[in-house]
Amino acid sequence: MLAKVRSSSVLGLEAYPVEVEVDVATGLPGFAIVGLPDTAVQEAKERVRAAIKNANFEVPTRRITVNLAPADVRKEGPSFDLPMAVAVLAATGQLPAEACEGTLFLGELSLDGAVRPTNGVLSAALHAAQSGLRRLVVPADNAQEAAIVPGVEVYGVSHLLEAARFLSGELLLTPVTSNGAHEPEPDEEVDFSEVRGQEHAKRALEIAAAGGHNVLLVGPPGCGKTMLARRLPTILPPMTWEEAVEVTRIYSAAGALPARGSLMRRRPFRAPHHTASYAALLGGGNVPRPGEVSLAHHGVLFLDELPEFHRDALEALRQPLEEGRVTLARAAATVTFPARFTLVAAMNPCPCGSRGDRLRECSCTPSQVRRYQAKVSGPLLDRIDLHVEVPRLESRTLLDGQTGEPSSVIRDRVARARRLQEQRYAGKSYRCNAHAPGRVLRKVATPDAAGRELLRAAIERLGLSARAHDRVLRVARTIADLEGSENVTAAHVAEAIQYRSLDRTR
Amino acid sequence: MTEREAWILLNAAPGVSVRVKHRLVEAAGGAQEAVALGARTLTEWVGQRCARRLWEFLRRVSPAALLEDASRCGAQVVTLADPEYPQALREIPDPPLALYVRGRLPDPVRVAVVGSRNPSPDGEYVAQRMAAELAAAGVCVVSGLARGIDAAAHRGALEVGGPTVAVLGCGVDVGYPAGHEGLADQVAACGAVVSEYPPGTPPAKYHFPLRNRLISGLSHAVVVVEATLRSGALITADLALEQGREVFAVPGSVLNPRSAGPHRLLREGAGWAESAADVLQALGIAPGPSPQHSVGPLEARVLECLREPRFPDELVGAGLGTAGAVNALLVSLEVRGLVQRLPGGRYVSQVGQQPRACGCPAEENGARSGFSRRDRTQTP
Repeated sequence: MLAKVRSSSVLGLEAYPVEVEVDVATGLPGFAIVGLPDTAVQEAKERVRAAIKNANFEVPTRRITVNLAPADVRKEGPSFDLPMAVAVLAATGQLPAEACEGTLFLGELSLDGAVRPTNGVLSAALHAAQSGLRRLVVPADNAQEAAIVPGVEVYGVSHLLEAARFLSGELLLTPVTSNGAHEPEPDEEVDFSEVRGQEHAKRALEIAAAGGHNVLLVGPPGCGKTMLARRLPTILPPMTWEEAVEVTRIYSAAGALPARGSLMRRRPFRAPHHTASYAALLGGGNVPRPGEVSLAHHGVLFLDELPEFHRDALEALRQPLEEGRVTLARAAATVTFPARFTLVAAMNPCPCGSRGDRLRECSCTPSQVRRYQAKVSGPLLDRIDLHVEVPRLESRTLLDGQTGEPSSVIRDRVARARRLQEQRYAGKSYRCNAHAPGRVLRKVATPDAAGRELLRAAIERLGLSARAHDRVLRVARTIADLEGSENVTAAHVAEAIQYRSLDRTR
Repeated sequence: MTEREAWILLNAAPGVSVRVKHRLVEAAGGAQEAVALGARTLTEWVGQRCARRLWEFLRRVSPAALLEDASRCGAQVVTLADPEYPQALREIPDPPLALYVRGRLPDPVRVAVVGSRNPSPDGEYVAQRMAAELAAAGVCVVSGLARGIDAAAHRGALEVGGPTVAVLGCGVDVGYPAGHEGLADQVAACGAVVSEYPPGTPPAKYHFPLRNRLISGLSHAVVVVEATLRSGALITADLALEQGREVFAVPGSVLNPRSAGPHRLLREGAGWAESAADVLQALGIAPGPSPQHSVGPLEARVLECLREPRFPDELVGAGLGTAGAVNALLVSLEVRGLVQRLPGGRYVSQVGQQPRACGCPAEENGARSGFSRRDRTQTP
């Protein structure tokens, strides 16, 4: 007897169809899996056999052949366990063969027949909807994420027996509906009102949020760089539905979605440790998986202790920073992941952290300082629009300082500035000032006569580099947008210059 | 070989101290005679080791080659035999036999501004402002082109287009410290880069104390801005006393370890130098013109607030505007040269740095000048 069951696998973020074919024939009893299975798939035979037995079905003492079509693509992961078990049951007549039609199966089995959660279910659901499959049977823990996709019926099962009884019509299941997609956005755990003082840095982060700019925070240890960065997502405008689906899909593919997790409504905040490898940051693996840059898509990537990161990892950040995606070429496949994030980097002014402090003596030698700062290359700095010095707070400010504005107030201003930019860049592939190409920017961000004069004087007197020129205009445009101003004036330019401290030679 | 060439040759001989060279010239009755001495006489007069070094060097190197090296890097050579040799140096013990000069040694009164290579932002700013005010009054600022205070002093003088002299512990064509090549070129254009070592000589640890004797030797007074107790700036101050130069020190915070050096000098009787006006007054030089600026009322309040260095946040805290407005205001003031940004992000006003009206511990001119080494040892 032969049975076919539809399933799918994920390459990068895209799911592709996999057909699980099972043939049960006479011959020496055995269980063979063909179709380029990796070890996890190869071991499925043991799990499937045990699960079928423990679900009180019968494992035929005949020759079982499983083929995963297309046979020329390498299959990996345990998500074919459930479709294989269902196909075996159908092939041996323990399930009606027509019950599996038009249904996509995914799931890992445990030896007792329980269905365990697996990765990439959202991508599979999107694929199912596109290819006209109307029904999905997935692990109960993954049902919520699959239900985000409209137009498919999602059934969550927690045991092989449950799946079999559902398919044979003995058990009636109601399709799972997504409970996350329509709820209001959850409250953030942190808020800007908790940050005392640091008005300069807060203002810079507001500008960063409004224009999608990357930020470098420079300050001694303990001055609140991490605290500030952690709060940037709270002033970014809420994600659109499409953005949320995109982010959820990445998390689903990476297996980073919490159990029973639904649509991710909160902008991601990723803070990899500085020992993170190239592969951890950018993504990697034999069949590439998303790295931190992709997990921070539409959110914030926070790199604390920037100069301590591996040099090659930092250099590799240039493509995602420039293009908003990362392409990983591996022998098995070439995959592109989206990676459009706001970078917040933080560093000490020198290895010991006391440089520039009025009373503490810096114990670093000039060459140590130079080496430390040189670890962050010019091309990377060039992609960071705002440089912000965060001083150590005086205890006075810490104890009696006013609490600041709440995030919601700042977010409203940011949202207004973003709306202006969306109008300006309507119909373009970019949506904010930070991503607009230089030639467009020069058109929309040319300052008035006083502003031009100020910029000229600044380049001359402050030793501002030529490459800082464009960055200043970009930031000045955002500052003008925050103010709701059509024109870029001298005041906007002046403020923007303030955030280019590392470009100065004097 | 002319006498000039003999001085140049003798000066370039490595491994023999200036004092020994002077003794040799004196004993031989002239530089020309000294280089012509036989091996045996040399050994008799300066000992075997020095004699061998001298002998080998004099046989190996020709003065023409040294002169060619100098002209290749745009330096002139001034020897003790030349009338252009700075008079001030002739007065010190063990003056260099020859100097390599890139640029032109300015004539006016010279004041050395020296200090820590690892200064606080305030110290760096004080050095720069001091140098700018000295230069504005027509004083030539001498320093060592080192990192920190030295570089700030040169920059301050260059800022107002004033003359400045850098004395190096290596050849005038050697880029040391790394990254100061541009500054050295600017100094050479506005004044001079000077060294007693021939072009191509790499820096060596023992060159710097010797270099320091030229910094003080070329100057009428030495101002120490920030220095820990182990700093080379204190060596310069000691040498200045030996050479009969005046020593000034800039007082600082007692919490700052880099104030320890100046404070010790002050305790021992050095001149009190809060600003260039103190130094100029002691030297009997009129201060330079201070530029006038027109500022708006809010700008005036900001400048008033920035009499001491402050972070932009502190201005926000003082109710001078939002973070954005304050930042914009500061940059527009900075572009006009009315405020300066210190490393670490604080700002300080550049205007209204008038000489103080009130008295200070060393206000009487007599007590301040003529402070010699003997005085110091008597008043510990």
